[in-house]
Amino acid sequence: MAALRALWAFRGFILGSVQREFQSRYRNSLLGGAWLVLNPLAMIFVYTVIFSQIMQARLPMAEGKFAYSIYLCAGILTWGLFTEIVTRSQNVFLDNANLIKKLKFPRLCLPVIVVLSALCNFGLIFAIFLVFLGLCGQFPGWNIWLILPALGVQLLLSVGLGIVLGVFNVFFRDVGHLFSIMLNFWFWCTPIVYPASILPERVAQLMAWNPMATIVGIYQNIFLTGTADLSRLLPILALALFLCGMGGYLFRRHADEMVDEI
Amino acid sequence: MSITVSGLGKAYRQYRSHWGRLLEWLPFTAPRHTMKWVLREISFHVESGEAVGIIGINGAGKSTLLKMITGTAAATEGTVVLQGRVAAMLELGMGFHPDFTGRQNVYMAGQLLGLERQEINSLIPEIEAFAEIGEYIDQPVRVYSSGMQVRLAFSVATAARPDVLIVDEALSVGDAYFQHKSFDRIRSFRRAGTTLLLVSHDKQAIQSICDRALLLDDGRLAMEGGPEAVMDYYNALLADRQNQRISQETLADGRTRTLSGTGEAAVTAVSLLDEAGQQIEVARVGQTVTLRVEAYTYAAIEKLVLGYGIKDRLGQVVYGTNTYHTQQILRDLPAGSNLRFDIRFPACLGPGSYAVQTALVSSETHLDNNYEWRDLAMTFTVINVDRPHFAGTAWIEPEILIERL
Repeated sequence: MAALRALWAFRGFILGSVQREFQSRYRNSLLGGAWLVLNPLAMIFVYTVIFSQIMQARLPMAEGKFAYSIYLCAGILTWGLFTEIVTRSQNVFLDNANLIKKLKFPRLCLPVIVVLSALCNFGLIFAIFLVFLGLCGQFPGWNIWLILPALGVQLLLSVGLGIVLGVFNVFFRDVGHLFSIMLNFWFWCTPIVYPASILPERVAQLMAWNPMATIVGIYQNIFLTGTADLSRLLPILALALFLCGMGGYLFRRHADEMVDEI
Repeated sequence: MSITVSGLGKAYRQYRSHWGRLLEWLPFTAPRHTMKWVLREISFHVESGEAVGIIGINGAGKSTLLKMITGTAAATEGTVVLQGRVAAMLELGMGFHPDFTGRQNVYMAGQLLGLERQEINSLIPEIEAFAEIGEYIDQPVRVYSSGMQVRLAFSVATAARPDVLIVDEALSVGDAYFQHKSFDRIRSFRRAGTTLLLVSHDKQAIQSICDRALLLDDGRLAMEGGPEAVMDYYNALLADRQNQRISQETLADGRTRTLSGTGEAAVTAVSLLDEAGQQIEVARVGQTVTLRVEAYTYAAIEKLVLGYGIKDRLGQVVYGTNTYHTQQILRDLPAGSNLRFDIRFPACLGPGSYAVQTALVSSETHLDNNYEWRDLAMTFTVINVDRPHFAGTAWIEPEILIERL
């Protein structure tokens, strides 16, 4: 509670930082904010061309010219949000060492800034995605709201994981390197580029242990079929809350030592 | 708005290997670290509106102490009680983000100091004007010189008068002009009641601003007292290379005399004489006087240089030189030599009291071979009897031409 009050007191700093980050990210580039969109667009283009056209991949669960592109976007954009929050959270204390060592402020502001600015970026790309859906007549209608609980659980999961890794990373820098390798594996272990149905039975069962596979699957269902089984989020919510609790505990216990270490 | 530090200490955990820390994080394991204390048993109190300087050699723990007082680093033991709005400038910059522009950083720092956006909006012109960095305000901070960063940081930290201002050595980076300007601002804050905590190696800064000084040595509070006495002790400590004795005695007027040195030679008497060779304690402005220093060598000395300085009431050196600079080095003195130096000069000094410090060394600095360093070796007073009234510590007689045009 006290932590929340402290965060509220520094809302000016938090919002200002999000804004500054947004401004300065594309400050020295000619195309400016366009890069924010161009990057995922290029990625989607590459995957669509390679997988959908060359490999003749077809989705078993949906028909339509854009089905694969929609499937891909639903996974890649949300996965992007997940990795942005986790990877930036795990470095957030190291990246802001300068600030932490010189000024007194609630350090929890930093992960909050990471989450908010990642959400801003995501909001922008996602809005473009929704426009694209509208243009090709695939907008899922009111069921679009179903993504909110999934997004909420995903946020909790990424923040919890990010802070746990962030605290560890201050003391054991290996964690950062290790996790970026793991993230690569994790991406390909999650049915984002390929449909889960192409997996052999034994592997598909293992998929149940991958929380991101479940979450991404929910997004894909919402955008392709307009339905989702939100009850599958419950165990992930439990995991996410556990990670958040652990992150909070580790942070409280080691916050002071952290300043000496960075 | 006072600061109370009691029993403050800071220790860092040291692990024999990185794995030790990892093991310690597991539940139910014994501690595997040893504590390395960098600061211990620091207690002092700074009254509201008081200015206190902290001095000490590099690594003495000054910055760590300030970090704990401002709260950026946690104390391992002891407490800090601090009231009022604090502005702190620790090391370079204010945690500026290199990719943000100066202006963005000003907003960030302002928000971190607890200012509202509108307040910062209204302070920005003043900050820009004081920092004098021109168009750079809209450039990313990474292109700034260190001096520019300090200018901006100081301008932000002091844009609104804080109740407590904490300044780490930062200011020494700025050029003389900006140092002057910032000290003026600090002085005006002081008059308005700001409590000040200042870390500096700059003797003048400490002596002219602070009421009191603390000397940190090897993580302990080595001395606390008037800035001049502490500064003298600090200088002596610097000279304290090997087997030198440092002693301080309190004079009748309450001031502290610091003596240090290896002792191969010592000053035996210091006196001021008038034109007729009579000993005086009061000199007239412009009077020709002779400073007589007598010394004795207890051991054979290869090279001997006498240095002296005349300090004003605030402890600032008004004039000082030595026989190395005047190319009068004494060589190959046997033990038991009696020496007399007569230093004749016009007392072109403003009215007030002055002190003489002497040093017997082997070269131009007192750090090389310091036989004896003696502060407050003698004091004398200058009065203005027959000159037109003037202010200041130097008598620079002018010739003023006035024309009516």
